[in-house]
Amino acid sequence: MENHLLSIVTFLPIFGAVIIALVPKEKLNWIRWGAAAVTGLQLILAMWILKVFNFTSGDVQLVEHYAWIPDFNIEFFMGIDGLSAPMILLTALLSFLAIFTSWNIDKAQKGYFALFLLLDAGMMGVFASLDFFLFYIFWEVMLLPMYFLIGIWGGPQREYAAIKFFLYTLFGSVLLLLGMLALYFISEPHTFNMIILAEQSAQFGQAMLLGMNAGKVIFILLFVGFAIKVPIFPFHTWLPLAHVEAPTAISVILAGVLLKMGTYGFLRISFPILKEAAIWFALPLAILGLINIIYGAMAALAQRDLKKMVAYSSVSHMGFVLLGMAALTPAGMNGAVFQMFNHGTISAMLFMLVGVVYDRAHHRDIDGFGGIAKVVPIYAGVTAMAFFAGLGLPGFSGFISEALCFIGAFPVFTWITIFATLGIVLNAAYFLWAYQRIFMGELNSKYENMEEINNRELYALIPLAIITFFLGVYPTPMLDLMSTTLNQLVEAVRSAGMVAGL
Amino acid sequence: MNLNQIVADLSYFLPELILTGILIMVILFDLFQKADTSIRSGYLALGGLALVTVALFGQDVSTPTGIFSNMLAVDSFSRFLKVLVSIGAILVMWMSFNSNELKGRRVGEYYVLILVLVLGMYFLVSATHLLSIYISLEMVSIMSYLLSGYLKEQMRSNEASIKYVVFGAFSSGILLYGFSLLYGLTGSADIFEIQAALAAGSVSPALMLLILVMVLVGFGYKVAAVPFHFWTPDVYEGAPAPITAFLSVAPKAAGFAIIIRFFNVAFSNSGNPNMEAWSALENMNWQAMIGVLSILSMTVGNVIALQQSNIKRMLAYSSIAHAGYMLLGVVVADQTGIAAILYYASIYMLMNLGAFFVAIHIKNAFDTEEIEDYKSLGYKAPVLGLIMAIFMFSLTGLPPTGGFVAKFYIFRALIEYGDMYFWLALIGLINGVISLYYYMRVVKAMYFGKMEIPETVHNAPINVTILLVLLAIPLVFGWMIGDPLSVYTMDAVQFFVK
Repeated sequence: MENHLLSIVTFLPIFGAVIIALVPKEKLNWIRWGAAAVTGLQLILAMWILKVFNFTSGDVQLVEHYAWIPDFNIEFFMGIDGLSAPMILLTALLSFLAIFTSWNIDKAQKGYFALFLLLDAGMMGVFASLDFFLFYIFWEVMLLPMYFLIGIWGGPQREYAAIKFFLYTLFGSVLLLLGMLALYFISEPHTFNMIILAEQSAQFGQAMLLGMNAGKVIFILLFVGFAIKVPIFPFHTWLPLAHVEAPTAISVILAGVLLKMGTYGFLRISFPILKEAAIWFALPLAILGLINIIYGAMAALAQRDLKKMVAYSSVSHMGFVLLGMAALTPAGMNGAVFQMFNHGTISAMLFMLVGVVYDRAHHRDIDGFGGIAKVVPIYAGVTAMAFFAGLGLPGFSGFISEALCFIGAFPVFTWITIFATLGIVLNAAYFLWAYQRIFMGELNSKYENMEEINNRELYALIPLAIITFFLGVYPTPMLDLMSTTLNQLVEAVRSAGMVAGL
Repeated sequence: MNLNQIVADLSYFLPELILTGILIMVILFDLFQKADTSIRSGYLALGGLALVTVALFGQDVSTPTGIFSNMLAVDSFSRFLKVLVSIGAILVMWMSFNSNELKGRRVGEYYVLILVLVLGMYFLVSATHLLSIYISLEMVSIMSYLLSGYLKEQMRSNEASIKYVVFGAFSSGILLYGFSLLYGLTGSADIFEIQAALAAGSVSPALMLLILVMVLVGFGYKVAAVPFHFWTPDVYEGAPAPITAFLSVAPKAAGFAIIIRFFNVAFSNSGNPNMEAWSALENMNWQAMIGVLSILSMTVGNVIALQQSNIKRMLAYSSIAHAGYMLLGVVVADQTGIAAILYYASIYMLMNLGAFFVAIHIKNAFDTEEIEDYKSLGYKAPVLGLIMAIFMFSLTGLPPTGGFVAKFYIFRALIEYGDMYFWLALIGLINGVISLYYYMRVVKAMYFGKMEIPETVHNAPINVTILLVLLAIPLVFGWMIGDPLSVYTMDAVQFFVK
């Protein structure tokens, strides 16, 4: 059982999707509760995984390793370490909570929940895979349900948003595929096994591809593939549209989990396998991180649509992750992965809150409200908390991870870090300004009878709020979980750079 | 050549003989049928072809053999393709039983013509002599002309047939001219002897280039590669839909077979396609030329497909693009490249026949071929919609479908070959992204937009549903169970060498 935990946690939602597909569509509550039960069970399993996970070891654990397509040395290889364990937990948690955010989906619910579960399986698979081919399959499998979920249940511009998302990410994927094949053929014996590829790291630094250093070429190919997912400026233009048009729960998943896959890809594949290229690319990556931080925040400041503002805040927050990992210091790396987790929980809260107000007012224009704190005090309170968490106020988890990123990056990229701190000010500016326009001041008479946040919505938010707060005060458990693996990664990349004389 | 040898060779020729016997039987049987019962001839033809397919499986091809003075080769390469086109023909006959276009006609000869076409392809995939190549190519072509004009009182069908004839005659004329040059300059019509003569340097480089271009025109037309593709859209639109489906997969696969065999023998420096590594003849860089054709086919096919609103035309242009992907495998033309083409051709057959069959059923049930009119199909006919979506995803090449694996093997072969084809792989992959847009238009029409949920759902007749499910299941699950097809295709890369 313990040895199959990862495949169970990955394939359970597919099983659930099949069951839901068989339920008659009139039985709405069966469908919803069925989905909730499946994701709930998945969350329990994810916690069990953490329980059996050995925190003191940086190696991959809970390994499942079988031959799959032997002719091409493709393996079914799953396992987790301190990098993927937090992501598994995050995926399970957000999937479970997002089911409740999906409660008032008003059409074709059966299809919605079945596709949602497929998406869930794809995400889990990405984080659990250690074979590049398997990773790629899951990476792509996610696209299909996402395309439908945005395209069928989204807002007015959903069809355009869905195809744009699909085209962008598929374009990234094909570059990923090229990079993957190049790695396969340079490695000896040919393999997709990420652990073995990482061991052969030095080989990629020496081989040639297209008359250039193979490691660098492949790094760039993978970089574009992952950058589109993060998204890194200038590959970000699909994001605001997809976020705005997607239904609330899907925005939660997009921001909470999908964006993490890009940075996860860097840390799982690009950094350990192409160590020398990673050092070579560290400075550009840090600069791109800075651009993301500042540009995302400026763009957020300019938005009138609340959901778009939150979407751009994601761009900004993911910039911290990039800056932290580019530094290649233990503090920066831990900060980056911690920020990935925290952004997952915080942006999920933000999108859920946007969904709450949209369900009542049917618009998201920041200037179209005013003074509603008087009518919906609980909602105002929760939103205040989420906004504070978003802008990185001490006491919330976002503060710790951003601070770690800065601490890690400062000795390496001093000036970039100094400029990046400007992002914190800008973050505070748009969050507080938006809060002020929506909740403070004269009450807009249209919303005198606005309905307060209901229990279902609140219960989906509370766990996230507790986690954000808890990790803000006491981050040690999460840092313990990841630090062994990440410190090893930093050490490995640094020493490879040392050997290569970088 | 003595009579005993011919008689001895006949034992290798058994599937073809059985097929010929069945063909004659169907013709005789059809004499006793009236128009409304002539469908029985179709059943007989289908049953007979199934029998032949079984016989093919039983054929021993462990030692590749040339028969009838090396006119034809019996090897596992030709066997694989014979099985492939037979299965394609069986599926198409099955769908033809359900086609409204053919209802109320005498259809006996329709099935006979399909059988002859299949027989022609059997010859084409095993031909190793200029004469047998040309004759089998004509046999395939003429049957295709007849079948595409089968709806004789329809303008579109007539137009299809006449366009096909004109283009076909023109390109086979050029091919024949190239062949006569080859024969005249090398003194032999046997492709192995031609190779020996060319390798010995008896032909001047300029003439070799001329021959190469002429041969490429002839074969390129058969697989509908750009710029020899102009007949495709009109023929595909005008021909009876099941025939369109068939033409887009089976003769195309057979065309690739002859390209592979001919180029890898006659125009290679070793003349032995079974070797791990070999290269094109000096002065005859056909790999680069086919690379250019491939880029053109993918790009032109995809870009024009973007603008189509009729599903048959869209699939027609996309089939040009798919020919381009398969040509990428020809560029590599080593063992993995050839296996990848065979794999691609098999998967393409499943998914493209599937897409056409759904289109045929929609035409039967809703009388439309416009992609726009597929709106809300996912709700009106959930099973059909889901299956069509699977075919569309597979044609795009998205995991977890066989279409992805097929593309993956092609690109794998390209990148394995080395740096120089890296760009080719990149262009091919980007073309896959372009194709996403038009394939997804079908999915978009079926599922997105204003949802019209009807009172009762539409279900295809049970035999159509079974047929479609049979096509879709191997696409989704075939590769997950360790990919048996890739094993078959690897085994099939075994050629007869004189």
